[in-house]
Amino acid sequence: MTALRLPSDRWHLAEVGFWLTPVACFFLFPGYHVLGSQILIVGLFALSLDIIMGYTGIVSLGHAAFFGIGAYTAGLLAKHGWGEPFSGLLFAMLVSALFGFLTSFLVVRGQELVRLMVTLGIGLLVFEGANKAAFITGGVDGLIGVTMWKIFGVFRFDFRGYNGYLYTLGVVFAVFLLVRRIIHSPFGLRLRGVRESRARMPMIGASVRRIEVSVFTFSAGVAGIAGGLLAQTTQFVGLDTLSFARSAELLIILVFGGRGHLYGGLIGAAVYMLARDWLAGLNPTYWQFWLGLLLVLMVLVARGGIMDGLALIQRRLNRPAAA
Amino acid sequence: MLAPFLGVLFDGLSYGSLLFLIGVGLSVTLGLMNFVNLAHGAFAMVGGYVAVTAMNRWGVPFLLALPLAFVASALVGAVLERTLYRWLYRASHLDQVLFSIGLTFMAIATATFFFGPGHQPVTLPGFLRGQVSLWGVDLGVYRLFLIGTVVVLVVLLTLLVERTRFGIQLRAAVDNQQAAAGVGINVDRIFCITFALGTGLAGLGGGLGIDMLGLDPGFPLKYIVYFLLVAVIGGTGTIKGPLVSAMILGVFDIAGKYYLPEIGAFVIYALMIVLLLVFPAGLFGRRNT
Repeated sequence: MTALRLPSDRWHLAEVGFWLTPVACFFLFPGYHVLGSQILIVGLFALSLDIIMGYTGIVSLGHAAFFGIGAYTAGLLAKHGWGEPFSGLLFAMLVSALFGFLTSFLVVRGQELVRLMVTLGIGLLVFEGANKAAFITGGVDGLIGVTMWKIFGVFRFDFRGYNGYLYTLGVVFAVFLLVRRIIHSPFGLRLRGVRESRARMPMIGASVRRIEVSVFTFSAGVAGIAGGLLAQTTQFVGLDTLSFARSAELLIILVFGGRGHLYGGLIGAAVYMLARDWLAGLNPTYWQFWLGLLLVLMVLVARGGIMDGLALIQRRLNRPAAA
Repeated sequence: MLAPFLGVLFDGLSYGSLLFLIGVGLSVTLGLMNFVNLAHGAFAMVGGYVAVTAMNRWGVPFLLALPLAFVASALVGAVLERTLYRWLYRASHLDQVLFSIGLTFMAIATATFFFGPGHQPVTLPGFLRGQVSLWGVDLGVYRLFLIGTVVVLVVLLTLLVERTRFGIQLRAAVDNQQAAAGVGINVDRIFCITFALGTGLAGLGGGLGIDMLGLDPGFPLKYIVYFLLVAVIGGTGTIKGPLVSAMILGVFDIAGKYYLPEIGAFVIYALMIVLLLVFPAGLFGRRNT
């Protein structure tokens, strides 16, 4: 009786435990709220890449473009007199999604390699645009003077990041719920269909192009929210939000965490950012070296990342019971 | 009016020559092994550092340091091909991208460790400095030398690919690996030699390019887009493809920076997206997929 059903939408106990962790961290590590917010934001950003890369199979080398556009939208809005956080995020998402929609037509045209290059090119183009439009974006100096209003008109974005952390956690969780719902919907199944076989999808009456355009737009919107969150909680937008380094880092985080599991991005972000925070005392050059070595080793021996590793362990543990 | 235009064209061509020299190896890796090697710029950097070290520390003359750069990069390339790259020929493009980004990071960190984060200075020998005046246009001697070197290399490479036994085997392997192996061509060996040749040329380009492109640990990331473009837009399997695309890129990039400085690198990225979409298989693509 298991045939032909939608993937189960029911919450697994481990998922509940996962989402209780950041709540617990709020009370357990009072000095780390700023870092915590950053992890959640990067995790959300990684989730946005997971939607197109892990589930649909579109690799993007320029996803920072959408993150940065969201960040600049939210930042500029707050700088020029509209500091209401939620509507700011909504606007950041809309602008990012619109840009994603427009560029998706360029992306979905080509083969895999061309897509890599086109997304890379779009990322560089947007970076260069923001760099040259210094009269709007502040250029290399970054966008300063972002002033946020109170959340719900009550809670201020304080320096220790208490309210910022809760705000970020709330938004990230809400967006995650939406993404989770979509991934478990018929549309989510179609995404996986495109990933598994682009050639067969048209045979069951699904337009690959339309699916790819919509999922790319959606992913860009989610990335925009992540960018907007960063701009609002740090009250600053730097040019590095758009850089290729950020796109590459994101790719590493997602692959490290594990693609196509919903949680891979968040876990990858937590591990990556904590490790970097730890090693920041050392020379940053070493960090880059070890990161590079880790990547090489991962590709050669452990392709699935943390999530696949966990799944493997779980299967090993379950096997005696099943037999 | 005409003189500045010719000057830009000349600078663009010499810049394009460098791009070709470094990018042609990537084009072969992409076409023959179907490998997206983002670490290609790192091999050029190896050549650059070898040339600088040879000249500044050991007092090797410039013209001798260049072949040294070629040999060193080719050796590094051959060793890495045999030990690491060959395992990933059948991997997905994403895995290849991640792997080569990892290699690039390691190369950058290693270069920073040994040479520091700064730019490396290079002093060109006297006979390559200065300018000559041709038809009222001042041409840098070094740039003429660059173009001349690349012209010679293009002739040699074309002869190698079109007239030698090795070239025939190489073209056969690009067109159809399985069939090539089936008629007794040692594809593995062809891969290794070609990879080494490509990285060697990149190293030579890195050494020649210190004066124009600069040399610091960030080099592999800074220029990788250009090298990829040379390869992807040029299409695979010919010498002509990367040559033409490198010249187009070089001229447009220099012209963009000269005539439209306020939008800078915008021109080249926009051109890249347009060319990619109009010619998905490259200008002279032979692949029918």
